[in-house]
Amino acid sequence: MAAPRTLYDKLWDSHVVHSDAVGNCLVYIDLHLTHEVTTPQAFEGLRMAGRKMHRTDKTIAVPDHNVPTTSDRLEKIKDPESRLQLETLEINARDFGVPYIPMSDIRQGIVHIIGPEQGLTQPGKTIVCGDSHTATHGAFGALAFGIGTSDVEHVLATQTLQMQKSKNLRVLLDGALPTGVTGKDLILAIIGKLGTAGGTGHVVEYVGQVFRDLSMEARMTVCNMTIEAGARAGLMAPDEKTFAYVMGKPHAPKGAQWEQAVAYWKTLKSDEGAKFDTEIRMNAADIVPHVTWGTSPEDVLPISANVPDPNDFTDANKKAAVQRALDYMGLMAGMPLEKVRVDKVFVGSCTNGRIEDLRAAAAVLKGKKVAGHVGMLVVPGSGLVKHQAEEEGLDQIFVAAGAEWREPGCSMCLGMNPDILQPGERCASTSNRNFEGRQGRGGRTHLLSPGMAAAAAITGYLTDVRKV
Amino acid sequence: MEKFTVLKGVAAPLPLVNVDTDAIMPKQFLKTIKRTGLGSAVMFDMRYDDSGAEKPDFVLNQQPYRNAKILIAGANFGCGSSREHAPWGLLDFGFRCIVAPSFADIFYNNCFKNGILCITLPQADVDQLTAKAQGGNTKGGEFVVDLAAKTIIAPDGVVTKFDIDDTRRHNLLNGLDDIGLTLQQLDKIKTFEAKQKAEQPWLYA
Repeated sequence: MAAPRTLYDKLWDSHVVHSDAVGNCLVYIDLHLTHEVTTPQAFEGLRMAGRKMHRTDKTIAVPDHNVPTTSDRLEKIKDPESRLQLETLEINARDFGVPYIPMSDIRQGIVHIIGPEQGLTQPGKTIVCGDSHTATHGAFGALAFGIGTSDVEHVLATQTLQMQKSKNLRVLLDGALPTGVTGKDLILAIIGKLGTAGGTGHVVEYVGQVFRDLSMEARMTVCNMTIEAGARAGLMAPDEKTFAYVMGKPHAPKGAQWEQAVAYWKTLKSDEGAKFDTEIRMNAADIVPHVTWGTSPEDVLPISANVPDPNDFTDANKKAAVQRALDYMGLMAGMPLEKVRVDKVFVGSCTNGRIEDLRAAAAVLKGKKVAGHVGMLVVPGSGLVKHQAEEEGLDQIFVAAGAEWREPGCSMCLGMNPDILQPGERCASTSNRNFEGRQGRGGRTHLLSPGMAAAAAITGYLTDVRKV
Repeated sequence: MEKFTVLKGVAAPLPLVNVDTDAIMPKQFLKTIKRTGLGSAVMFDMRYDDSGAEKPDFVLNQQPYRNAKILIAGANFGCGSSREHAPWGLLDFGFRCIVAPSFADIFYNNCFKNGILCITLPQADVDQLTAKAQGGNTKGGEFVVDLAAKTIIAPDGVVTKFDIDDTRRHNLLNGLDDIGLTLQQLDKIKTFEAKQKAEQPWLYA
């Protein structure tokens, strides 16, 4: 009998094309998602070397990072650099024969939202993209991770990557989440426990009933932010919920192949007794709504907590990092997080730009108003999410509350398009990174769930959504 | 890719933990469609004030560090975004080697793809090298990184040994092109595809 294997072991083993004596492997890639920011130099590299793509049927291209979210975006993109980069993607897709979804198409959106929507994301696949939040797709039991542009070029040319295997890390949660606590709170708490480098060199598998209980959208939120704990990929074993989500999507297997695929997908779970190199264990019942206070995703605390004091830390590097974060964030040690006043609220991104996220924010906002000093931006993750939200009347709730309802894209998550914070502005954001300058030079980011973002919009302060 | 054998140069100290790739190369510089010209944007927010003028107290705005080829960094260097614009910018500035207690995975890989040697050393060793680099590279100032010998020689002559994966070392020493190497295995890739198509036909539907 073969030794028990983890889910990661199985996904890895089934994609190794070749392995040398010291563990350098050539790994096959089943799906390559591409966007405008991290591909121009890769296609240019192919041209310079006179190379073609190995195949074009496992790649898709969609613009997302640079696209404006205003309704006039199809007429003209003002920023000439953004426009050139977007045009370059379209030209490269055409020249090399890559399927392309233009900005005018209702299917356009953030690459990590449309992969699942189109049924391209499936259990058992290896999925890469020149974007670290590719980890999102691990929610389906796919081995999905971000790569740099040199590796994008490598996949375009060979449909493979040269890699060495990572270690296995299991995040095990006991119990169930309390009411009002979301997948976002869950992953923020996990990052707080692991630290921003805790997962480096590992692939994480999330194990426990609490993950089974999550919707597919929430599972994607959890896997999405795995990279913020340093691990390139996060995994959840596929189950009936996964199969139901994939079934009927445009690129999902059909007919007899569907049955065959599901039979295979059901084998994609860690065997009893499989060995993990590292394990952390937490109790889900202890998790409450979380919010970040600093400039690293690991700088996270329950909303009821106070801003930490640098003097509470003994490690000199950590003490200095906390002081630097407080200075940047304009916060005083010891002040309650609920006393932190916000200027902007952003709901969107590949972390929380799916329909369930918009429903959660709308449920809190319904019949209420955004505080007078707050500007709120709601950016659906894709054209299909936008359409669904409008069918459900969510856009009306946002607009009536005083929020702006926008076209799909990455938007204020990283501010490559015109949606940015001004220096000193403070944002309650459903995105994934609170780094210095991430949402705009001098901008201050507090990461939280869509419900918490809506609560902050109403009160104008970081707020426990359970009190609103 | 340019070979990496022996590197002689000034080392710049940057003893900050969790320096992310947004800090190394902010968003506004990701709109380029070229790999070159990003050196002036490296560490942009730390390096320039709101008016675009250099901040005189930042290490890369001081001599001799303006000409640094080696960066002595803090733990978890390069975390966050996968943007290869970060190593492109560091390379364009002149860095061919980064020394740190730990690196983020994607950044680490991206550096080697661009001929930048990342050296992981225990915190105590990094602290010592940081102190020597902060000393303005006294005694004439140059560090020597010898990849074949796997050593760093500080200006005071003290030698620090380092370990590195043999394959990465071999590829850097010889300046090998990954894609060219992989394309030599094209038959194996096609064999894999044929087998996968037979077993999981929905992946080829």
